[in-house]
Amino acid sequence: MTATALKTHSLSAYYGDFLAVADVSMTIDQRSITALIGPSGCGKSTFLRTLNRMHEVIPHARVTGEITLAGENLYDPGVDPVLVRQRIGMVFQRPNPFPTMSIRDNVLAGVKLQRSRLPRSEADDVVEQSLRSANLWIEVRDRLGKPGAGLSGGQQQRLCIARAIAVQPDILLMDEPCSALDPISTLAIEELMLELKSTYTVVIVTHNMQQAARVSDKTGFFNLAAVREPGRLVEYADTTTMFSKPKKKETADYIAGRFG
Amino acid sequence: MTILLADPAPTRAESAEPPADPPQAPAPPQAPEHPDHPDHAPAGRSLLAGTASWDRVADKAAKATSTAAGAIILVALAAVGVFLLAQGWPALRAGPDELPAKAESFWTLAGPLAFGSLWAATLALLIATPIAVGAALFITLYAPRKIRGLLAAAIDLLAAIPSVVYGLWGLMVFAPLVAKFYKPLSEHLGWIPLFAGKPSATGRTILTAALVLAVMILPIIASVSREVFRQTPPLEIEASLALGATRWEMIRMAVFPHARSGIVSGAMLGLGRALGETMAIAMVLSPTPFLMTFRLLESQNPNTVAAFVAQNFPEAHGTGVNALIGLGLILFVITFAVNWAARRVVAPKPT
Ligand SMILES: Nc1ncnc2c1ncn2[C@@H]1O[C@H](COP(=O)(O)OP(=O)(O)O)[C@@H](O)[C@H]1O
Ligand SMILES: [Mg+2]
Repeated sequence: MTATALKTHSLSAYYGDFLAVADVSMTIDQRSITALIGPSGCGKSTFLRTLNRMHEVIPHARVTGEITLAGENLYDPGVDPVLVRQRIGMVFQRPNPFPTMSIRDNVLAGVKLQRSRLPRSEADDVVEQSLRSANLWIEVRDRLGKPGAGLSGGQQQRLCIARAIAVQPDILLMDEPCSALDPISTLAIEELMLELKSTYTVVIVTHNMQQAARVSDKTGFFNLAAVREPGRLVEYADTTTMFSKPKKKETADYIAGRFG
Repeated sequence: MTILLADPAPTRAESAEPPADPPQAPAPPQAPEHPDHPDHAPAGRSLLAGTASWDRVADKAAKATSTAAGAIILVALAAVGVFLLAQGWPALRAGPDELPAKAESFWTLAGPLAFGSLWAATLALLIATPIAVGAALFITLYAPRKIRGLLAAAIDLLAAIPSVVYGLWGLMVFAPLVAKFYKPLSEHLGWIPLFAGKPSATGRTILTAALVLAVMILPIIASVSREVFRQTPPLEIEASLALGATRWEMIRMAVFPHARSGIVSGAMLGLGRALGETMAIAMVLSPTPFLMTFRLLESQNPNTVAAFVAQNFPEAHGTGVNALIGLGLILFVITFAVNWAARRVVAPKPT
């Protein structure tokens, strides 16, 4: 029996009047990898971004329903979205290190937001720890002062992961973190995710079903009935179950590659 | 609170997945090659041999036109430079009898005026830049969507007001108004050298002139800043917010690093305008000949090059005219130097 990290209750997400994701209730286990799969436009990214209140930074975007983290509703009026995002980190589809900052400063960017005074030795530790956790330390330890933009795509993505885990979040959200990367970098990130799950709860959106099957413990399948219809969580189960004997025909068809 | 950027540029436009129904116009029907020259590429000819000689002509024409345009600008610049040099030269050896304001020599005239121009323009820049950048930030990142356009238009409108109008307003409304504040300012802050001395009763001081100048250069700085803020990469905005940055922290992490050089260019455009501004200063400022002082509130103030030339041109004759043209050359050189320095600052560092 695993503990629950995050729980959504009839969560719906809107862009203005457009309902993009409807009525999702799911429980995300602690220290596990949860994969979200489904065809393009079914609302995977939208749903993922509701989990750390990044959805609402888009103009006119809003959310109904509840998300509880350790019994607390993230969408309570008294909750500061800034604090939510400090506890639930995010890695994006395209690597987005700050181009004007050095590798070191990129790693420390989030930490410095929370702690204005960070002794140098402690900062050094955070940098090394985070880069080691992101499997990037050995590659960059000689050039921590160089701009992060000089790294390869896969290295940049691992830098973004290091930046996200440097603030020691509870949960790490990843939106197709490998879709802009070559196969070797993808493999590196997948291995990294498997290591990260001993410390963090990871939720990953992927359009790559093999990836979901390789890394995740649980898989949620999102689908939408038709264009302009809202996306829904069709099925959610252990990854092995999902890929061997899914309950719904829709899921089976998608996994078999018959659409999407 | 939930508003990110001024324009509908979708913050997630970079999503590699196409939206479910991409709002794409149907591809236009393939136009036949070179419709103007239907007989240009007869069927059956090799594709390579058919490379558009028409395109070549257009290419050459474009090159020639742009070269000519560039050349015209250089020639005009050189012509003005030569004119200023040739006409200004005789003034260098002129004496008090021939020079305007009975100046000892050309340089005793030019020095204080150049100082006045630089001082007034610098003050205006120091006042206008923070306000313009703040306004641009507010418009792009804080203001409710509905009033953004209105605010931006209002600031742009400041640029459309003729400088004579600024001069009239500065002289008749603004100077008397600020004069009221100069007295307490000098009483309480008189120990700061800038505010020392007896405050002017009319308010027609270099500070008033600089304030009017600041209003005049605000729109250009604000609109350049607005443009660079608007172009902040959405990916970096999201990166900082996802790290738990507040909006102000996001601005410092994502917006400012990209905007720095843009703000500097905006400020330099403003400085250029402030250095050359003539009418408003000539009307507002009450100058004292040959004075060089940093004091802001006194009734004795340095004059600026442009205002001095405008004020003295109607009565100038003989070598006096040459002297005024020589002053024009000084202003030309100062503006040139400032722009060049600004370019040096803004130029992207080789990485
Ligand atoms: N910024 C946005 N503004 C309006 N609609 C959006 C925006 N982002 C996504 N959508 C719409 O929401 C739906 C779900 O999109 P998304 O969550 O990106 O799907 P997925 O990640 O599964 O491909 C799509 O119909 C998409 O067009
Ligand atoms: Mg997506």
